[in-house]
Amino acid sequence: MLSTVVFWIAAVLAVAGAIGVVTLRNPVHTALSLVLTMLSLGVLFLLLHAEFLAVVEVLVYAGAVMVLFLFVVTLLMAGVKPPREEHHLRLAYQTLIAGLFGLILFVLVLHSLVGAGWVGTLAGPQGGSFGTIASFGTALFTRYLLPFELTAVVLLVAVIGVVVLGREQE
Amino acid sequence: MVPIGYYLVLSAVLFVIGGVGVLSRRNPLQMFMAVELMWNAVNLSFVAFARQYLDMAGHIFVFLVITVAAAEVAIGLAIIVMVFRKREHVDVDDLSLMKG
Repeated sequence: MLSTVVFWIAAVLAVAGAIGVVTLRNPVHTALSLVLTMLSLGVLFLLLHAEFLAVVEVLVYAGAVMVLFLFVVTLLMAGVKPPREEHHLRLAYQTLIAGLFGLILFVLVLHSLVGAGWVGTLAGPQGGSFGTIASFGTALFTRYLLPFELTAVVLLVAVIGVVVLGREQE
Repeated sequence: MVPIGYYLVLSAVLFVIGGVGVLSRRNPLQMFMAVELMWNAVNLSFVAFARQYLDMAGHIFVFLVITVAAAEVAIGLAIIVMVFRKREHVDVDDLSLMKG
């Protein structure tokens, strides 16, 4: 019962934040409403017994990634103007067309979900140790050790790439 | 318990809103944040399926997705800063170098 109430509160906040991301004009406001969505998703992760991922979502996404975004927004926006109102390459009715495509995509996804029988299916039985940080760590460092090690390579490539890109061009 | 389908529909709603954002915004930073929203929507459905099947593989995959997303944000923001540093406006429609 309580989990239903928490789900609806978090879901409404997540959708509200998402609508804010798409509609707010000021990039700082956009970033803050994205933080709202991520915090709500963290609550939903807890409801789904993903304890570690809830913490990671708040720390890495709402914390580190969004701080990076806000840094760039404040650094870049300081000397640069927002997009022009008129532009010779502007697509006419761009927002309308985007909304139409979104509606079509949503109907398609919903149709496939209903077709697969997923809407209304009850969640599976509560597993004993499922979702605890201990079971996450066991899975990460035994069966999925190689993919975990490979993420280190991905991060190394990202670091090198940022250093190369951020250098002053001669 | 909340049915799994609710989570999947919520994930679809967030994904579509993010997609509309990518298509309709002109500020590259805001387009990028809409992409982040789409990543998060997919993460939610991964976690929901993991809960349904009681399989930790979904959690591991979300963990990897978050790592890749962090790397992507770092590189993407570096590219955006590099491209728009010397321009007057932050507007993706200005990037018409490859227009035929």
